[in-house]
Amino acid sequence: MNAPVIVLAGGLSHERDVSLRSGRRVAEQLQDAGVEVLEHDVDPQLISTLRSHPGSVVLPLLHGEAGEDGSLREVLDLLDVPYVGSTGAACRVAFDKSIATRVVAEAGIRTPRQVALPHEIFRELGAAALVRALGEQIGFPMMVKPSRSGSALGCTRVDQPGELSSAMVAAYAYGSVAVVETFITGTEVAVGVVEGPDGPQALPAVEIRPESGVYDYAARYTAGETRFLCPAEISTEAAEACARMALDVHETLGLAHLSRTDIIVDEQGRPTFLETNVAPGLTPTSTVPIALEQAGLGLGPVLLQLVELARARHRP
Amino acid sequence: MSLPEQSPRARQDTRLDTWAGRYAARTHGTTASAVRSLFEVANRPEVVSLAGGMPNIADLPLDVIADNLAAMIGKEGPRAMQYGSGQGEPALREAITEVMRLEGIHAHRDDVTVTVGSQQGLDLVTRIFCDPGDVVLAEAPSYVGALGTFRSYQTDVVHVAMDEHGLQPEALREALVALQAAGRRVKFLYTIPNFQNPAGVTQPLERRQEILAVARDHELMVVEDNPYGLLSFSGEPIPAMRSLDADNVLYLGSFSKTFSPGMRVGWVLAPHAVREKLVLAQESATLCPPTFSQFAVTTYLTTCDWQGQVVSFRDMYRTRRDAMLDGLAEFMPAGTTWTRPDGGFFVWLTLPEGLDSQAMLPRAITSRVAYVPGSAFFADGFGARHMRVSYCYPPPDRIREGCRRLGEVLHRELDLHHTFGLDARDAATSPPLTRGPRANQS
Repeated sequence: MNAPVIVLAGGLSHERDVSLRSGRRVAEQLQDAGVEVLEHDVDPQLISTLRSHPGSVVLPLLHGEAGEDGSLREVLDLLDVPYVGSTGAACRVAFDKSIATRVVAEAGIRTPRQVALPHEIFRELGAAALVRALGEQIGFPMMVKPSRSGSALGCTRVDQPGELSSAMVAAYAYGSVAVVETFITGTEVAVGVVEGPDGPQALPAVEIRPESGVYDYAARYTAGETRFLCPAEISTEAAEACARMALDVHETLGLAHLSRTDIIVDEQGRPTFLETNVAPGLTPTSTVPIALEQAGLGLGPVLLQLVELARARHRP
Repeated sequence: MSLPEQSPRARQDTRLDTWAGRYAARTHGTTASAVRSLFEVANRPEVVSLAGGMPNIADLPLDVIADNLAAMIGKEGPRAMQYGSGQGEPALREAITEVMRLEGIHAHRDDVTVTVGSQQGLDLVTRIFCDPGDVVLAEAPSYVGALGTFRSYQTDVVHVAMDEHGLQPEALREALVALQAAGRRVKFLYTIPNFQNPAGVTQPLERRQEILAVARDHELMVVEDNPYGLLSFSGEPIPAMRSLDADNVLYLGSFSKTFSPGMRVGWVLAPHAVREKLVLAQESATLCPPTFSQFAVTTYLTTCDWQGQVVSFRDMYRTRRDAMLDGLAEFMPAGTTWTRPDGGFFVWLTLPEGLDSQAMLPRAITSRVAYVPGSAFFADGFGARHMRVSYCYPPPDRIREGCRRLGEVLHRELDLHHTFGLDARDAATSPPLTRGPRANQS
C-alpha cells in the first residue's frame, strides 16, 4: 500500500476527546500491521493534505456533529476521496435519534415510544402544559436525550415530573432538539456489525454492566468502571434476536462497513432498539473491540479489511 | 448477512482494568469527566478560551535567556546536570530571599525549601501535616489544584466565606468555633491573599492582620500561597502575611507567573522544625528538585532584568484585564455581577439566579467560548451559579470576542430557563461573593 491511510480524529464536537482516543488506538493498530498512517484533525489544512496524498483512504473516527452527521463524508465524496464507513446521506439519517428511530420503527423494528421536540415548541405551547402532557403520554421513568449527540452526553433518566424541565434544559445544552422516550428496564447490550467480503456480519453482543448502575460518560471512558460480558448473559434466542436487529438496522439505514447498535433486552428476552452509531467508538474502553476479539477477529486486520472495502467501493 | 457463531469462545468478563478493585481509596473518584473532556475542544484555535490560567510568556527575551543559559552550561554544566541537595541549591535559595523581600519578608535561605512548582510545595505541606479525615480550611471558592491535593490526602475541606476584600475573619472564627464544637481537627488555613484564584480579590493589610489574629487565637497555622503577588496593577505590593507573622505562616512562592511555568520551580518558606520535615519529604518524593531548572532560574535572576520583565508583564495583564472588564460590562445580561481584580489573572462571575455554569458549558463550547465552571472551585458541590474567566492568555480583541460569545450563551440560557420556568426568582438582588462554611460536613 503506497498511499497512507488518513485517520481523521478530533474535530470540534463535544466528543472531540473520545474521537482522539479512538484515533490514537486505530493509528497504533494500523501501524502495527505495517500500514503507513497519517493522523489528522479536521482543520483548515485537511483539504490540502487530502489533495497532496492521492490514492489515500480516509478512516473517519469523528464523533458527534460533523463527524457522524455526514457532512464531512459529503466533502470527501466531493473531493473524490475514498473513505471507510457509511455515506453522508445514510449518516444524516442514522445520527439523528429522532429520525433514525422513526425509520427503523417503520421497518418493523421494536423501538421505545418517542417524541422529538425542538425547544421553541415549549415556548410556543407553554412549557408547563407540554411537560404535563409528556408525563401523561410517555410516562415515568422516561429518558431525555439530545437528538444529535453521543457518549450519553446530555442524557438524563427522569423519574418524576419535577425533574423533567431540568432534564430538557440539560439536553438542549447539546442541541436544539431533544427526544423524550419511554425508559425500558432490561439488559443493555451493544451489537457491532462489520462488513467483509461476504457482506455484513453481526458480532457477539456485549453486555454492559456499569458499576455505578448508569452507563454515563465516566462509566464509558474510565477503565474499571464498567463490567463487560461478551457474549452477553442472555438467552440464545435473545442473542440471535439482537444480532438480527443490528443487521436489520444496518441494512434499513443503508449503513456501510461498520456500525454499532445499542439495544435493551427486557425480561422476556425481547430486544428494543435504542440508537445506532455510524462511527462506533474504538477507544480502549469501547465495546466493538471487545466483540471483535470474542469473534476471533483482530481490530487491526478488520481495519485493513475495511480500508480495502472502501477502496473497492470507490473504484468498483 | 451473517449472525455470530454461538459460543465460539468462553465468555469474556472484563472491566478492562486488571487492577480494578486494588486501587487506594484516595484514587476513588478519579474518573473520566464529560466536563474535563470539553476542555479538549477549548484548546482549538476557533475557541476563545477564557478557561486556562496559563501565563503569557511571549514577552520573555528568549534570545538573551538562551545566550545566558548557554554560558551557564559552559561554566557550570556538570553541576547543573547532576543530582543536587534535597532542600535546593543554596544560590537559588539566596536569590529567593531577595525576591521575597519585595513583599516585606525577611528570611534566611536555610528556611527555604525549593519545590517542583509551588504545587509540590502544597503537596509536601499537606503530606507532612494531614491525616485522612483532618480538616483544611480554604476560601470559598479556592484554587482547584489545591482542592485536588487536599482530596488526594483524604482531608475534608471546609470553605470560609469571602467578600470583596477576601476571606472574612469573622467567618473564619465562626468556622473554627463550630469545628471545635464538632470535635474536628483543623490542620491549617489555606489562603491566597493576593488576586485570589479564582475570585480575583485581594486582602487589604488590615484584613490580613485580622485573619492572623483569629489564627493566633485558635492556634491555627496559615498556609499563604502567593503566586501573583508581584503582578499588582496599581501601587506597591501589600506586605505578605508571612511578613506579619513569621511563626504561624508557611509561605508558598513560585516563579511560574514571574518567569516561566515550564521551569517548575517554586518554594516553601517554613520555620526550622517544619523545614526539616519538608526536606525529608522532598527527598522521599523526588530525591531533589530539578537541578538544571534551579540553575536556569538562578541564571535568569542574576543576569536578566527580571524585575523590569515583571513590570512588562503587569502592563500586559492590566491591558487584558481592562479588555475583559469592558467586555463584561458591554455583553453580560442583567443580574450578572463580577469582581474587579487589581492584579493577577482572574475574574469571578456570579450569574443570574437559576443558571448552572457547568450545565451550560456544552452550549458555550458550541458557541466557541470556554470558561471554568464555578463548582470546580468548591470541594462540596457548591458554585453552580459562578464561573471563572481568565484574561491572562488571549489578546484583548479575543477577550472582547469571548465576552460577546459568552453574553450570547447566557442570554440563550436565560431564555431557555424562562421558557421552562426555571429562571431567577429575584435576579435584581446581587448575591454575596460566596457563602459561609458548612462546618458540620464530614
